[in-house]
Parts: sequence; structure tokens; C-alpha cells
Amino acid sequence: MTTPTTPTEPRSLSFRTVALLVALAIADAAISFWVGRQAYLWMPPQASAEALLVDDLFGFLTTIGCFIFLGVTTALVVSVLFQRADKYDTSDGPPIEGNLLVEILWTTIPLGLVIWIATYSYQIYDKMAILGPMEHMNHVPSLSLIPPAEAATLPAVPEKTPIEVHARQWAWEFYYPDQGITSTELHLPVNERARLVLTSEDVLHGFYVPAFRIKQDVIPGSSIDFGFTPIREGSYRLRDSDYSGTYFAANQGTVVVESAESYQQWLADAAASPLTVADNRAYREFNKAPERLGWKSIQPAPPPRVNYASAEDNSYE
Amino acid sequence: MSNASLEAIAAKSGQPFPGAPNNWQRFFSFSTDHKVIGIQYIVTAFVFFLIGGLLAMVMRGELITPEADLVDRTVYNALFTMHGTIMLFMWTFPVLNGLANYLVPLQIGARDMAFPRLNAAAFWLVPVFGILLMVSFFVPGGPSQSGWWAYPPVSLQNPTGNLINGQVLWLLAVALSGVSSIMGAVNFVTTIFRMRAPGMGWFRMPAFCWTVLSAQMIQLFGLPALTAGAVMLLLDLTVGTSFFDPARGGDPVLYQHFFWFYSHPAVYVIILPVFGMFSEIFPVYARKPLFGYKFVVVSSVIITMLSGVVWVHHMFASGTPSWMRMLFMFSTMLISVPTGVKVFAWVATVWGGKLRLDTPMLFALGGLICFLFAGITGIMLGAVPFDIHVNNTYFVVGHFHYVIYGATVMGVYAAIYHWFPKMTGHMYYEGLGKLHFALTFIGVNLNFFPMHPLGLMGMPRRVASYDPEFAYWNVIASLGGFLLGVSTLPFILNMISSWILGKRAPANPWNAIGLEWLISSPPPVENFEEIPLVVSGPYGYGSHEPLVANHPAGELNSEHS
Repeated sequence: MTTPTTPTEPRSLSFRTVALLVALAIADAAISFWVGRQAYLWMPPQASAEALLVDDLFGFLTTIGCFIFLGVTTALVVSVLFQRADKYDTSDGPPIEGNLLVEILWTTIPLGLVIWIATYSYQIYDKMAILGPMEHMNHVPSLSLIPPAEAATLPAVPEKTPIEVHARQWAWEFYYPDQGITSTELHLPVNERARLVLTSEDVLHGFYVPAFRIKQDVIPGSSIDFGFTPIREGSYRLRDSDYSGTYFAANQGTVVVESAESYQQWLADAAASPLTVADNRAYREFNKAPERLGWKSIQPAPPPRVNYASAEDNSYE
Repeated sequence: MSNASLEAIAAKSGQPFPGAPNNWQRFFSFSTDHKVIGIQYIVTAFVFFLIGGLLAMVMRGELITPEADLVDRTVYNALFTMHGTIMLFMWTFPVLNGLANYLVPLQIGARDMAFPRLNAAAFWLVPVFGILLMVSFFVPGGPSQSGWWAYPPVSLQNPTGNLINGQVLWLLAVALSGVSSIMGAVNFVTTIFRMRAPGMGWFRMPAFCWTVLSAQMIQLFGLPALTAGAVMLLLDLTVGTSFFDPARGGDPVLYQHFFWFYSHPAVYVIILPVFGMFSEIFPVYARKPLFGYKFVVVSSVIITMLSGVVWVHHMFASGTPSWMRMLFMFSTMLISVPTGVKVFAWVATVWGGKLRLDTPMLFALGGLICFLFAGITGIMLGAVPFDIHVNNTYFVVGHFHYVIYGATVMGVYAAIYHWFPKMTGHMYYEGLGKLHFALTFIGVNLNFFPMHPLGLMGMPRRVASYDPEFAYWNVIASLGGFLLGVSTLPFILNMISSWILGKRAPANPWNAIGLEWLISSPPPVENFEEIPLVVSGPYGYGSHEPLVANHPAGELNSEHS
């Protein structure tokens, strides 16, 4: 990486200058490495296999970014502190117009760096494999449209019916087709790849669980295969990430990751429960304040009737 | 210069309005003088900057607590929609067009733009669509609440049922803005291609003109897509076509392609001229030539070309297949290479110079540091797996505002201070300028840095309420937002008082090299009595070569006026 402190006349470099530059670069690298380690702490808990991958990438990007930022700002700050013109000095600085070697270096090194970052990101993305085969621009997803050669390379998925995720203005509803259960809380067994099918009834929504580091827009008219692997038991926040109108901010849900036994127990309990009306913040707010000061809103869909309704004050991570 | 001689020049030059007033009233007339139009653009844009800023401060007031308690949710949604729209279409584009309008003919040695009447018409559309946007606050149902992206189907929902609603007015205004910008782009490109002074070859043209040319090329290829998308959405909304409505067989993702095909390159339309300003300002205040001038100007052209193949990075989490995600990840990251060339060149220009920290230099340095930070988070956002996590969160909002406020607004301030003596013939007050810089720089970082941790924690953008875990950083961001509001006060005070009372400015107060500094401040109508004959490159600091052959001040570039 070019340190921005690269002087403009490398041929006249003295040993002292080179030693100083190397020392500065090492210090910069050490600090950047440390900051890159800290980057893991800025994220929510790592609750999915994908989160581990994404955080590694983020740590790597932070290290490189920090190295460049520190190098360039140090050069600027040193200039500002030590290279000021004297008060009555109106003369010009050295008329250095460029240096071909330096310019080629600071073009090719970032180019190499960009290829490295993109390749690493590609590998991470490939490992995540969060998207199923998606026939975009085609409103009825159809496996037959995938070329057979490509279909054969798709990772084998265990035979399990995906959980249906229905998004609407403004509620999340989850349907377990094997058990015939509906819920406003998404329950998933830990350490098992979750398979979801995302659909929206009205506008764009975004399925986003920060602790899982995954996100996918839910597009009306398409159903999107989506998958990830939760690895840590607990409750996590599900957020609508794609702006969906008036009560967008209130369109949240809970994802519970639990052991296989608790998950089976929950399925059984839910299957035995009758349908009840779930609490829904958008619906509640809309009906509470008929003479609002604001402008007109789309009327929220009625709260879903589900076998299992999550409590409003669920704690989560 | 006296009024009589000005009128004589005006009459001789065949201007359409030879009797046009030569006092403050000319700024309210249909003037075809590019300098008047430039200032008209800048002042109009600044008025809308203040309006957009007030909306932002109400939003930051709402976000200072987790609950949606200051304004209703519908109002909040209208606020961020209008804030984004006003700031982009009514502030950044017009103010940059204004600066380019003022500077490009002067810097290339032309007497005016190629099409002066078209130029004036393009400007006068700005208040027209500005008023159209403002009117939408007063129609039943209020202004558009679908975000400045206006993604369908939300933008197609019309709870009032009226034909004339905020969204329709919004779409009309955006379409008109596109028309105005295309008129401007045709003019800039023609002017730069055809009206450079004799001797000014491509590689003797100031970097600012190169960036304006590159940016306006983007307008020419990108704007038709945006305008088409806006018109199709308008048809969906009013006459019942179904291009984008999934309920009737349309495709909402198609709109996103139309929208981002222009609206990502639009970021380069904004930032390229700012790069040009940095390239003009650093050499003056470091007393050194622009380092690697040819690399710097060619990188602008490369950015223009690459900007056409990056739009899908806004849709990584949208309905985008994996191959497309990967392709656009590579093309997005590539654009950091020519951008990095520029950043390193500016640092090398400053390095080893004889720095003078006047207000323009402070703003340019502050803007450069903010841009550097934004560039680094930009590469992070280009990496698909990380983008999937922070897409549509405050991380993006923070990144974007570092580009737009940190780099662009600060770059615009740098340019306004730098060329203020030239534009008005008066010097600004240095103390107020430095105070303005300090408040702005602190405000920007206080306001926009906290958005990055918020985004990493998972706070979505465009929310009127949020979970209490996000409160800490939001309070800091809100305080920074209010500080940014306060920071405009010394600027306004400075501009008005120094325009009226400021010390008379000499022709070249900064001892700068450039055609615009060879003529009086403010420049006469038609700029140059004799078109200059350019004989050297634009940044001959320290080399003591004449810039032009036929002008006394051009003989010695270190001449003091």
C-alpha cells in the first residue's frame, strides 16, 4: 500500500527518510490491525453462521480502510502543522508537477487492493449462499427455467418445507406449512439451516435480522427463496428494512432461536392453540388517533389471526 | 467600470437586453450574462439549502428520543422525502451549476456560454419546479411520503384519492428538473468543446472545467432514464398504466433500475465538480502545481465511464440475482481507483508546499478528509456481504452525508469563499469564515459519524421511531445537526455584510494562476476585452512561465494587484 507520505522525489531519498517512512508504515499497520480487531465489537451478537463470515470481512475492510485513512490524514496534518508559509512569504513552493513512478504505483497498488477485496468478498458471499435459485423479472418462480447444468450444481437442501414469511403493511406473519401453524414470531431451531420463502402482499418490505447479518427485500409479485443458519440461542429483532410507508418504523418482529427440543415443543404447543388476534402496533396506532395532526395514511391491514402471537414487550438482542 | 461604458459594451455586443440594469436588480431579471445566472443559481440554491436544512433539524428533533412524539409519522415521512428531494434537486445540482456557470467561461477564456438564452431558461426552471415542490406542502394529503427514491408500490399508493397530490407534484418537479439539467448539460458541453481560448488545448484546461465536462456528460446519458422512469410512474399514478404496479402485472424492480441508472451516476455529477474545486484550490494555497495534472483530469473521464456500470449496487438486497451482485461489486470497487488517484494527487500537491490556511483552504482540507472517510466506507458498501448487513441502515445515511455534506457542501463553501472576491469585487471577513469552518467541521462529524455505529447495530434508515438501544448515538447526531444549522449563520452574515461593506478586492487577491484572475473583480460584461492567447498549463506555480501571451498580468504569474 502506498503510504500517502510518499515524498515527491523518491530518487533523492536519504536512508533516514526511508527508515522513518518504514517506521511510520509499521506503526500505521499496527494501529490499523488493532482497530480491525475492535470492529467485531461494533456489531450485534454473532447469531448466525453468516454473521461470522460477514464480521471477518468487515474486520478486514476496517483494517485496510484504517491504514489508508490514517496514512493520508497524517500526511495532511503534518503538512498543515509544519509546512506553513511564513507570514510575509509570498513566494511559491517547489514546482513539482508530478512523478510518473509514484503515479503508476498509486494507481496499480489500489487496483490490486480492489481486486483482492472483491475476490475475498466474493468468496465470503459464495460461502453464505443465502439466496436460493431466483428467477428475477419472472413473477412465478419456476425451477424449470434453470438450465439443468446449473440446477445440478445447486447445494443439496434437506427435504424440508420452507417456512413462509408474509409481509404486509404493517405486520410480519410466519406460516409453517407442515404443521399448519401461523405465528407473529419466527421460531427456528439452532444450528440448522433455516429455509424461508419471502412474499409480500402489497409493497416492498425488507427481511432484516441484524444479529444474523442478513437482509433481503421482499418483492410483491415474487416469492424469494432465502436461507441462513442460526447458531446461537436467544431472541433477536426482525426489522423491516425497505421503506414501506407510514408505519414502516413500527413494522418489527421477533425471531426466537432455540434448541431442537424446545422448537418441537413450541410447534406442538402452537398447533394445539386456537387462532387469536395478534397485537399490532400499526393497527393500534392508526385506530387510537383518528384526528391526527399529520397527513392521510394508508389504512393498515387488520392484525393477523395466528396460533401464536408474540408479546409486545419481548426482550431481544 | 462605469455604467455608461458597461452599457456601451453591452450594446456593442448585441446582448438581448442592452438596457438591463447593472445593480442588484439585474439578479432578478432574465439576464443572459453567465455571471449573473451563476449567482442567481447559487443564491436560489442556498435559500432552498436553508429550507431543506430546517426540515432536517425537525427530523433530528424527532430522532432525539426513541418514540415518534414530536411529529406524526406521516409528517416525518414527508420530511425525509422532501429533505432529500430539496437537497439534491434544489441545492446541490443548482449550486454546482451556478459555480460552473460562473467559472467555466472565465476559466476557458470565453465571453459567455455557448447558448446564453438557453442558459437563462434552464435557470428559471429552477424556481418554477422549486415552487411546485413547495406547493405540495399545501395540497390535501401533504407532500410525497414515499422517500426521494419514490419506489413503487409505496409511491403508487394514494390514500387521499385526489388526482392532484403530493406525489404527482413531486414527479412533475423531478421531470422538470431533468429538463433543466439537460438544457444546462448541452450548454456546458458545447461551451467547453467549442469556446476555449486559442492556445488552450485539452491539457491546458483547468481541472475544474474537466470535471464539469465529465459531470455534464453523465447528465446527458443518465437523465433520460430518470425522466423516463418518472414519466412512467406518473402514468401509473394518474392514468392507470401498470409499468411498476405488481398488483396489475407490473414490476417494481424495473423502476429501481431506471432510477439508479441515473441516480447513482448523479452522485458523480455532484462530486466531480467538487473534485475540480479541490484541484483548483489546493495549488493556490499550497503554492505548488497540481500534482499529476494529467492523471487527475483523465481520472475524471474514467470515473464518468465507470459510473455507467455501478447502479445495481443500490439493489444488492433487492430482487437481484447473485451473478449481478458480483458483477456490480467489481465495477463499483473499480471506481475507487481513479478516485484514489485524485486523493493521492491532492495530498502530494499539499505536501512540501507553502501552505496558507485561509478559509477556502480550510474548507478544502476539511472536505478532503471527509471525502476520504466516505470513500473508505464506500468501498465497504461495495462489498456485497457487508452491504447486505448495512444496506438501508444508517451506515449508508452516514456514508452518503459524508459525501454530500462533508465533501460537497464543504467544497462548495471553499469555492464560494475562494471566488467571492472575484464574483462581488469585495473581500469576505476572514474571522467569520474561520468560525464558519470550525462550526461546520465539528457539526459534520458530530452529526454524521454516529450514523455509522447506528447502522452497524442495525438501525434502519427512514424510521420515525426506534428501539431505545439506539438512543445514545442519535442524541449526539441530533446535537451535531443543530450545530450545522447554527453554522450557516456566520456564513450568511459574512456574505451579506462583506458584499455590502467588505474591502475592495483586487483582480487577483490570492496571487492565483488562471484566466479568471487576469481580469478585474468583478469581471466586466463579456469578461475579456481581448480574448487571451493561452501559452502554458493552468498550474505554473513556481515555474514563472507566462500564462497568456497578450495580457500584461499574464506575463508574471506572481504579480500582485
